[in-house]
Amino acid sequence: MSTPIIEMTNVNKWYGTYHALRNINFTVNEGDKIVVCGPSGSGKSTMIRTLNYLEAHQEGTIRVNGTDMHSKMKDVDKVRMDVGMVFQHFNLFPHLTILQNLMAGPMWVRGISEEEARKTAMMYLERVRIPEQADKYPGQLSGGQQQRVAIARSLCMKPKVMLFDEPTSALDPEMVSEVLDTMVSLAKDGMTMVCVTHEMGFAKAVADRVIFMDEGEIIEENDPINFFDNPQSKRTQNFLGQILQH
Amino acid sequence: MLFADTVVGDPAVHKPKIILIMVMVATVLFTLFGLNDTIFGEFMRPVIGEPKESGFFGNASIGLVMAIIVVINIVLIGFLPFRIQILIVWFELLLLFLTFFYSFGLNYQFIQSKIWFMITQGVFTTLYISAISIILASVLAIVGAIAKLSSNGFAFAIASFYTSFFRGLPLLMQVYLIYLGLPQLGYVIDAVPAGVMALTLCYGAYMTEIFRAGIQSINKGQWEASRSMGFGFGLTMRRIILPQAMPLIIPPTGNQFIAMLKDSSLVSVIGVWELMFLARTLGNKDFRHMEMLITAALIYWVLTVCLELVQSRIERHYRTASH
Repeated sequence: MSTPIIEMTNVNKWYGTYHALRNINFTVNEGDKIVVCGPSGSGKSTMIRTLNYLEAHQEGTIRVNGTDMHSKMKDVDKVRMDVGMVFQHFNLFPHLTILQNLMAGPMWVRGISEEEARKTAMMYLERVRIPEQADKYPGQLSGGQQQRVAIARSLCMKPKVMLFDEPTSALDPEMVSEVLDTMVSLAKDGMTMVCVTHEMGFAKAVADRVIFMDEGEIIEENDPINFFDNPQSKRTQNFLGQILQH
Repeated sequence: MLFADTVVGDPAVHKPKIILIMVMVATVLFTLFGLNDTIFGEFMRPVIGEPKESGFFGNASIGLVMAIIVVINIVLIGFLPFRIQILIVWFELLLLFLTFFYSFGLNYQFIQSKIWFMITQGVFTTLYISAISIILASVLAIVGAIAKLSSNGFAFAIASFYTSFFRGLPLLMQVYLIYLGLPQLGYVIDAVPAGVMALTLCYGAYMTEIFRAGIQSINKGQWEASRSMGFGFGLTMRRIILPQAMPLIIPPTGNQFIAMLKDSSLVSVIGVWELMFLARTLGNKDFRHMEMLITAALIYWVLTVCLELVQSRIERHYRTASH
């Protein structure tokens, strides 16, 4: 259980002169569930997006599944097939039905037969508990349903690790739990996950480690019990105080 | 319809003030037209006496009567439901146009003797030149749009030079430049290929901009989702971005198709036997220019209406395909 699947070493990134990521170091082992939190603008989304090279970093190395991520690498697409990503705004393909959304990846880039892809797609739709929506279009579904479809779409690619970039932030409050439930059950099945989220309940329930970022730096990395009950840094204490007081 | 408003007042044409203004304006216009030596003067003979000698009084009374008839017509149409209004107004405007052409005293036998040749030769040539040019221009437009959005300096420079040049020159001049210019380079080109080339290059340039805008309007998240699943650039473009850009690209492209169908008349200057060329030449021998020009005009119009119908059908298809 300790094969590293993601390793970030001394990663730095700038937007022009703005230093977005400062000396990021951390490792995700197979089966790990990591929750990344921090105030807005702290670089957590940037960090998770560098993991599948949606954002380029300028210094340091990022190894994903044994491959170095850098701009000259031809096989970025191959790494990406093994790294599922769930976005804040779902980003389903609106011109395709739910089923087609799920079948597209396996058929177009994995070379899986239509029949096989349909079977896998239906299996994951059952898994996220909306098989009856298979033939609808994304625009006809609620936000929570769309996000569950987005998770199923990623799962259909049989990824080795799943990245979640604030998956519940754009949802109405009553839909947050249905998405979190899906993520919890995914975690229970042993999926390797990196989640940027403010859902502290989720962090407590499933995370192996919680990472707190501020101003592009990792301030604190700890197991959830110590992170919430005994935060080391002042900035972590302030942040937790702000989001837990309600 | 843009927006079915729930707050509606009386139709404008039922407001007394507006009815009065319409009657006054129409009376003045008809009076200025001086209708007393037309058939309307004959109708009014019991009131105004000998029409030719009735002068201003005659003109004004005919004008008033005509104005009242027209305004009653408008007010009555105002009571009808939307669709029937459209039908009736279209029908009346068409009738007006036909009366206008009828008043030219055209020789219909002459038209009848030439129209078959105009359709088999002229319409056929116009259609196939436009069709080939439209297809080639679309291909050129996709390539041009991708080049204009690329981070490759060469591609961007060539594409922007191309659009700038071919949008900057009058199409007529491009037709001449290609037909007369290429032979200077030692390559003699026939009239039809030269015409097709000019139309393709010119419309390809306009459509490049349409395609570029359509592609650009698709949310960045679609690219991210597609690329993050390991889809390559080409696959993302073909299966994710273009299908979503199509509903935005099609209305202005349909517009371009219609414009091209008519601009294909410009290649008549280099002697291609298309509709416009025939319209100018067939009437020459008998000095029947009006007959041929009006016939060609109506044929262009009919072709355009067909294209409009096709366009609205395609638009409807894309509207129902993704909600």
